[in-house]
Amino acid sequence: MKTNDVILQTTSKVVFFIIILFAIHLFFAGHYHPGGGFVGGLMTSGAIVLLLLAFDIKTVAKGFPIDYKILIGIGLLFAIGTAAGSLIFNVPFFTHVFGDVYLPIFGETSLHTAMLFDLGVYLVVIGVTMTIIQTIGESE
Amino acid sequence: MLVMVMKLSLILITLAMLGFIYRLVKGPTVPDRIVALDAIGINLVAMIAILSMLFKTYAFLDVILLLGILSFIGTTAFSKFLEKGEIIENDRNH
Repeated sequence: MKTNDVILQTTSKVVFFIIILFAIHLFFAGHYHPGGGFVGGLMTSGAIVLLLLAFDIKTVAKGFPIDYKILIGIGLLFAIGTAAGSLIFNVPFFTHVFGDVYLPIFGETSLHTAMLFDLGVYLVVIGVTMTIIQTIGESE
Repeated sequence: MLVMVMKLSLILITLAMLGFIYRLVKGPTVPDRIVALDAIGINLVAMIAILSMLFKTYAFLDVILLLGILSFIGTTAFSKFLEKGEIIENDRNH
């Protein structure tokens, strides 16, 4: 029997963007407010899980053609790259720098290299969560 | 005065939550229990909002949106399991 779940699909198409925006807000707010890479990554994978609930694995894989296992590797590379980059400037491992940078649209922005490490955490959390959920969902 | 009102409404929300917990334990069918769990999630949102007013902090406002999203995803997953028997389908079209 084929069921018609048009309400669920339409709702999740709208709610998906709200959750993604909230996840990005949590990720960037992590330095001064509650949040950070871990919660942001979990919320992003929650948005993708909502699409998996409304549609199926094949449709979502067509929309996001990402191998999540490679995403884990990229995230770990970001983390080790941020840590090892400090060795080039002859300072101890994991030394971070920060400062005010002028960006074209945003104006004066304070940037910190800890955000790149957080980006690594974000990618690893998305990769691990989606790998677990897809592996469990695919097995018949 | 405002603190009194907030504490009173906390007590009232707790009473409402006890009613939902009664439905959660007693509920004859599974959908009763799922609706009770969803309502408990929304009650938790109200509780956190009043608590963050009592503590005079903005730090919990993210938790409110987070709980709303999580309770929506959880209820959707439960109801899809009840309707189709599996939560994540491999291919919907056959």
